[in-house]
Amino acid sequence: MKPISHIGRYFALMTRVFQRPQKFKMYIRQIVVEIDAMGISSLSIVAIISVFMGGIIAIQTASNIDNPLIPRYTVGFTVRESIILEFSPTVVCLILAGKIGSNIASEIGAMRITEQIDALEIMGINSAGYLIFPKIAAAVIIFPVLIALSMFLGIAGGYLMACLPSAAFTTYDYVFGIQAFFDPSKLRYSFTKVLVFAFIITSVSSYYGYYTSGGALEVGKSSTNAVVYSSILILLFSLILTYLFLIR
Amino acid sequence: MIEIKNINKSFGDRNVVKNVSFIFQPGKTNLIIGESGSGKTTILKLMVGLHEADSGEISYDGKNFPTLNNDEKQEIRKEIGMLFQGGALFDSQTLEENVRFPLDMFTKLSTQEKTERVNFCLKRVMLEGKNKLYPAELSGGMKKRAALARAIANHPKYLFCDEPNSGLDPKTSIVVDNLIKDITEEYGITTIIVTHDMNSVIEIGENIMFVHKGENWWTGDKSQVLKSDNPELTDFVFASKFMKSVFNATK
Repeated sequence: MKPISHIGRYFALMTRVFQRPQKFKMYIRQIVVEIDAMGISSLSIVAIISVFMGGIIAIQTASNIDNPLIPRYTVGFTVRESIILEFSPTVVCLILAGKIGSNIASEIGAMRITEQIDALEIMGINSAGYLIFPKIAAAVIIFPVLIALSMFLGIAGGYLMACLPSAAFTTYDYVFGIQAFFDPSKLRYSFTKVLVFAFIITSVSSYYGYYTSGGALEVGKSSTNAVVYSSILILLFSLILTYLFLIR
Repeated sequence: MIEIKNINKSFGDRNVVKNVSFIFQPGKTNLIIGESGSGKTTILKLMVGLHEADSGEISYDGKNFPTLNNDEKQEIRKEIGMLFQGGALFDSQTLEENVRFPLDMFTKLSTQEKTERVNFCLKRVMLEGKNKLYPAELSGGMKKRAALARAIANHPKYLFCDEPNSGLDPKTSIVVDNLIKDITEEYGITTIIVTHDMNSVIEIGENIMFVHKGENWWTGDKSQVLKSDNPELTDFVFASKFMKSVFNATK
């Protein structure tokens, strides 16, 4: 299928997703279920990766500072900037695209091939709205929470490295560094990116799941496509938003 | 009553449904029979709007379904119950939640009233006490009966069943057939069943359309189907030697 057709079909699907809900109470219930499924189940992976990455960035920065004119608090400053600007919003979202995106595409794809989506349609339910809207809404609500947690744990991971007896920087240097030259507008940039990525991951994955046809093999393909195209779009929009927020 | 008039459907250059017309009677079990690949399920999907007909009329009590706007179509769909070949129960929901789903979506019943209706429907299909089971924990026959309970939960006017007996043993198959027939008579529903199961034809075939190569080849009822001299129908009905010997013995 040609890219233009995919784009057209994607936007046609989104117009159905954002139609007025038939029963708002049912949608709210689904949003809560999705927040639990996406958010709670992703906590551990986000926490583990963030702590380790914070620690690794701290060690690498410290080991590369061999000029005595560069202050030691640079380690804390670099960890904070790397984590807040790029690691938490972009890299963690890429990981979530793999975990949540494949899950959404295979769940909706399996519903398609087992006629569960047809069953919803025949009941007179807007299947796109009922299945996809709660996932998008849940992601937009829970992703910023996950990313805020990732930022905190990433910076904490760097602090843990400072606590090691062999560390090349002290906890005082590190804490001073993470507070130095802080510009709160960078948080706005990061969380704007998170909201855009949350929408991309859930909507693109749902699109591939919703238009699955065939059998188990096609569900696998939809799942792979969902992750690949979500990741590409995340990087593309990361570039665009970085340009808009930080360069202009 | 549902009436289809001169409906046609092609997929690419393959003409799957050719000029099919038929009247499905209310309060009766209307059967669409035919070989695999003859176009039966496509006709069913055209009728419920899962496929769009290339031409022809599909009218529900006089309203031509394909020409209605989305809201009008949804109103008719709320009156449709459908039993899919594989059940199409929602995997993530228990049996009770599956049956309650149309009630939650479309009614303003209290929780107590919904629970009573769910229990009634489950009892009607002999699944009382199985409320908390998930579809994965059910046998094939139980899934079909559970799907039937969901299909009748919101008092449908029209009931569509796609191969309700496929994959079932003969005994369970008869149980499902009789359930559908009883429910049809009890509530005066217009029931349309797609099947190639000859037991169903003999048991519950009150108004039958035989589809061959996408065309309405023969119409009649269960008393006429065995006596017909239509060669294609005879081939289909007596494909099994057992059927033929039983028929010859009873003659």
